[in-house]
Amino acid sequence: MKNPLKELIKNPIVKNPLNEPSEHSRRKFLFQLALLLNGAVGAILAVPVLGYILGPVFKRNRSYNYWVPVGNLEQFPPGQTRLGQYRNPDTTPADGQTATLPCWVRNIDNKSFQVFAINCAHMECPVHWFPQSKLFMCPCHGGVYYQDGAVAAGPPPRPLYQYKYKIAGNQLLIWAGELPTLSTQASIAKPGSSPCLG
Amino acid sequence: MSGIKQKSLALYHWFDRRLGFAKPITEAAEHPIPRSSASWWYVFGSAAAVILALQVVTGILLALVYTPTARDAWNSLNFMNHGLTLGWFLRALHGWGSDFMIAIVLIHMAQVFTFGAYKFPRELTWIVGVFLLLLTLGMAFTGQVLRFDQDAYWGLGIGASILGRVPWIGGDLVHLMLGGPIIGATTVSRFFALHVFVIPGILVALVGVHVWMVLRLGINEWPMPGRLVRKATYVQEYEAEIHKDGIPFVPDAAWKDAMFAAAIILAIAACALFFGPIGPGGPPDPTIIQTVPKPDVPFLWIFAMFALLPPKLETPILLTAPVVAILAMLGLPLYAGEGEKHWSRRPVAVLMLTVIAVSIAIFTRLGQTEPWSPKMNAWSGDAIPTRFLKGRTPLEQEGVVVFQQMQCRNCHSLNGIGGERGPDLSRVATRLTESQLIRQVLQGGGNMPAYGDSLSPQETTALVRFLETLNGNERPAQNDVLRLTQGESAPPSAPSPVPPNRSQ
Repeated sequence: MKNPLKELIKNPIVKNPLNEPSEHSRRKFLFQLALLLNGAVGAILAVPVLGYILGPVFKRNRSYNYWVPVGNLEQFPPGQTRLGQYRNPDTTPADGQTATLPCWVRNIDNKSFQVFAINCAHMECPVHWFPQSKLFMCPCHGGVYYQDGAVAAGPPPRPLYQYKYKIAGNQLLIWAGELPTLSTQASIAKPGSSPCLG
Repeated sequence: MSGIKQKSLALYHWFDRRLGFAKPITEAAEHPIPRSSASWWYVFGSAAAVILALQVVTGILLALVYTPTARDAWNSLNFMNHGLTLGWFLRALHGWGSDFMIAIVLIHMAQVFTFGAYKFPRELTWIVGVFLLLLTLGMAFTGQVLRFDQDAYWGLGIGASILGRVPWIGGDLVHLMLGGPIIGATTVSRFFALHVFVIPGILVALVGVHVWMVLRLGINEWPMPGRLVRKATYVQEYEAEIHKDGIPFVPDAAWKDAMFAAAIILAIAACALFFGPIGPGGPPDPTIIQTVPKPDVPFLWIFAMFALLPPKLETPILLTAPVVAILAMLGLPLYAGEGEKHWSRRPVAVLMLTVIAVSIAIFTRLGQTEPWSPKMNAWSGDAIPTRFLKGRTPLEQEGVVVFQQMQCRNCHSLNGIGGERGPDLSRVATRLTESQLIRQVLQGGGNMPAYGDSLSPQETTALVRFLETLNGNERPAQNDVLRLTQGESAPPSAPSPVPPNRSQ
């Protein structure tokens, strides 16, 4: 008795005597032409589909960033670091709460400020500010930063991300609009200087 | 009665005349399998398929109510939990089903690996299985995102951070994953599309291919030591075995599969009933930063590795290790497609499986306890044990206040209470001298921040005085240094009940 399993493994292609080329060369050619046509239609359709999927990537060439207010200057007393928040410039109604983002505002001397992203430079978790020890601590993997954003301990590969800022009248504005990561950095890429403690 | 029977038989024949399902289904169900394979060890694959069916059904039921937007997702989950009849139970079934599915898939994989079932001619069955594992984990991750709470929100940040480390195209990948510049509505809707359409579609198709190959190539026979797999002879040997001593899959082996599947579904239902739905946790409001984000259990071991990898090697390892691990799993049957199947003759395989399983278990446990993370409220919440306060001078007591105020406790525990990031300081004075303590506090080092900027000289003095009392009634480090510098011989260990620096 023939074993179908063995036969299939040995000879998986099913032969059909009707499929001899002499029998149908014109129809075979037309079939291949039709396949080619479908391939071409598919390729043409793929352009808008890919464009749609990759939309967020192409958008990046135009900037996502705008000047947005984080609050009045009175909210950020000199010598202190306070939590500020801003509405992301590029939002839809469906974003809800997720488009209101926090940041840490350090008023150094009423003239110069530092505005840090809330996100730890290691894995984006929200860093907490401890005014007593003047440290930012991250709850995820133990990243710690000094008050100027420099790495104090733990795994962060760089200082806290900083936003560019300007003061307009009584308002503090920052240049913000996208989640800062190692490749989509907040507006100031230059790391803050570390305090000289030696 | 017989009239009804005849009529239904006629109906059956009417359909089968047109569908023609009866013959192939009967043949597939009754296909012969080796008698040894009708084992309780061979039930995990079918159990995984049954859980998949449960997930599909419960998933569709959840989709009736779930709102896939950043604004409303969390509210719709709470509505399901509290405002909808038995909504909590359906959510619980889906959530616990997910955990059980991953566990069963992993057990199935470990069993197939241990029994050498990936060898010829079942290499491709294993390779498709590896993709099924990845898709299952993909379902778990995207599902965790759809439970759009604080953990999901910050978990997306972790995902973005990993993609952001890819050279050159990292930024593009981040935007592609988030669907925009920030975690928001477009992020949730694309994870919804992945979780509900894309991944399940591929998953169900590949399960079909996987099962087709199991039917086509036959169920793996029970491995015997010394019975080697050879490409030239294996198929003939297998055929001979199932012809000589084969049994039909249904019902001789399938009853175990069916029993086990029922037990597993019952276990999922019991977990759902007793432990309830998983989350949602806090609202996905990024301005609420008082949170300790954590991924779901299947990803805790990876979360733990992020804290424990050397920081300099982190990015290279993050980007290469998954690729290497997946390639190794895919390449396994091509590399070891012949030879021994029995575990007793494959010590390296058994050792590998054990090491991987134990490592993942340890890292998962570490991910639960997070010893590397500062304990954010230890400085304000954890009491100083009274034995560290008794008999202390006012200056030392001031040091206690500095110790708590400056959040030292977030990383250092006293008597085992407090953070675990740094060493327990209950006996620090036996390890460090006064000058070493001052240097460590002011300059930091060894993964400790420098406090020179935030401590006044008065506070530093008080803090170090307090730390010097923490000697566990043993000889302080200072004495050893003095003894060595003065060239005295070591006295027999005689802990002085009162530390010398306190009697000064």
